[in-house]
Amino acid sequence: MRRFSWFNATALTLGFAFLYIPMIILVIYSFNASKLVTVWAGFSTQWYGELVRNEEFLNAAWVTIKVAVMSSTIATVLGTMAAYVLVRAGRFSGRTLFSGMIYAPLVMPEVITGLSLLLLFIGIGLDRGVLTIVLAHTTFSMCYVSVVVSSRLVTFDKSLEEAALDLGCSPFEAFRLVTLPIIAPAVISGWLLAFTLSLDDLVIASFTTGPSATTLPIKIFSAVRLGVSPEINALSTIMIAIVTIGVIMASLITKQAAVRQARDERMAERPA
Amino acid sequence: MSQTVFAPWDDPNEKPLIQFRNVTKRFGDFTAIDDLTQDIYTREFFALLGPSGCGKTTMMRMLAGFETPTEGKIFIAGQDMAKIPPNKRAVNMMFQSYALFPHLSVWENIAFGLKREGKDKDAIAARVEEMLRLTRLSKFAKRKPHQISGGQRQRVALARSLAKAPKLLLLDEPLGALDKKLRQDTQFELMDIQEKTGTTFVIVTHDQEEAMTVASRVAVMDEGRIIQVATPAQIYEAPNSVYVADFIGDVNIISGRAKPNGDKVVTQWAEGQPDIIGTTATKFDAGQEIHFAIRPEKVAISTEEPQDAANKLQGKVLDIAYLGNISTYHVALPTGHVIKAQTANTRRLSRRQITWEDPVWISFTDTAGVLLER
Repeated sequence: MRRFSWFNATALTLGFAFLYIPMIILVIYSFNASKLVTVWAGFSTQWYGELVRNEEFLNAAWVTIKVAVMSSTIATVLGTMAAYVLVRAGRFSGRTLFSGMIYAPLVMPEVITGLSLLLLFIGIGLDRGVLTIVLAHTTFSMCYVSVVVSSRLVTFDKSLEEAALDLGCSPFEAFRLVTLPIIAPAVISGWLLAFTLSLDDLVIASFTTGPSATTLPIKIFSAVRLGVSPEINALSTIMIAIVTIGVIMASLITKQAAVRQARDERMAERPA
Repeated sequence: MSQTVFAPWDDPNEKPLIQFRNVTKRFGDFTAIDDLTQDIYTREFFALLGPSGCGKTTMMRMLAGFETPTEGKIFIAGQDMAKIPPNKRAVNMMFQSYALFPHLSVWENIAFGLKREGKDKDAIAARVEEMLRLTRLSKFAKRKPHQISGGQRQRVALARSLAKAPKLLLLDEPLGALDKKLRQDTQFELMDIQEKTGTTFVIVTHDQEEAMTVASRVAVMDEGRIIQVATPAQIYEAPNSVYVADFIGDVNIISGRAKPNGDKVVTQWAEGQPDIIGTTATKFDAGQEIHFAIRPEKVAISTEEPQDAANKLQGKVLDIAYLGNISTYHVALPTGHVIKAQTANTRRLSRRQITWEDPVWISFTDTAGVLLER
């Protein structure tokens, strides 16, 4: 155990305060009885109740989840396919160009991505709504999926696929029965990443949305411009809670897998 | 009861299972296999032996269907393999890394190939159980590959590749990851299983001892060519080149000029030294370059001049390598050549009389060595 020192304690407190004070204030004020955000008038959960009755917010939440699920699923399929081809196809001419083009949208400013998609949708006469947001989110999040999956595929032992072929699988069966189950964790985390990105995207969604589809970030942003209401605080608190639970669960699952792995390996050494 | 010697390669009526016909394989500028023609017969245990990069793995991968020849044809049971993908070949492979599916149990790994054949459940279960018994893995059926030891993993890989009862089993450095003791046990186990199942085995290895132990025939390869194919005993006793003699086991090579003398050939190798007399079936011209190769265990060492030896040379003991059962003496000749002589240590250490710096005689008969052109 390290010895306690005032310097360490101060540094730690300052760092964490910097990170978490804004969120703590937000959570505290979501339980404020007063309608005025800056005046504390006692504990109350009324804003959570109001939130549940607010159809606009509920609609926006529903649209957001729909968009996130659809776009992250499509992005996962496309991103995994792209990663597979780039890692497995070997050295075809123009390979560097291709992998560069897959990753370029990662560093592209969102405003430009949003604008170019908007121009495209107008150009082909596509009505803006849920479909266009899904397409837009798929476009930028598939790069992230592709990065996550290809970093897993690089370390994937190719002889496993050859063994599957050797034992009578067609190339597609080999992928479905051997490759996919083994890289599943990477595919799932790619999906989660795409889902989160879609969930909190404001810029691209506001470029590509239409009057029929308002996502939660857009709704919050426009509501805040009319003044911060305690309802928004309540909504944000719920989102923080969801994210926190998600992160804790993910780390628990990872830790459990590591523990199981260690136990299995001890078992392997023991003569049966 | 007389036992017939297993040698289908000497029988002109025997049809080979595998035929390589003028096969060449290039990767870009690199030629991995160079115009290779070779037959392998049913029930053979055929070893491809050579240093890394000699093309032995490429040969095996072409049999499995993971590589296609640039030129030439490969036939398995008379069928041209050019257009047949790996999953349509009656060939299975045991991979160097074992390539066990980590997400499946031992049982499911072995059943994997059988399920692809669409057999019914009972038939699959019966076959898997049979394989588990054969490889003594019944206790581990439910475990995952990372829950068993290296030797057990190797047996799972073997069971999985044998489960479909292939015509041909390919083994890619199958014992590379095992320690020496386990490797020796497994070699005998492999031979046993090969005999029981009657499958043709082709094994790739860089370990000459392993090839000599398991194989019915050994092919020594170098730079995409097969240098010699023969039984382990022939490879050892009658190598066809200095490369093969040197690659397999320990050998002394003395190079010189040939001088035919009746049914013998004499090697003139150094000024002032007696010529070496040897016998050979090969025809040598006078003055032709010749290499005399002799195994250390065929060289006798003594302190007194041997009387009736065809060849005898005088030297001084430079080094003694004591290996327990045998000792190897490094004897320096006045010409600077160092000849290795090996003797079995049939007496206890204290009774032996040769030691460092002793002047000694080395001797060998005129049939002990081989005379090689290259």
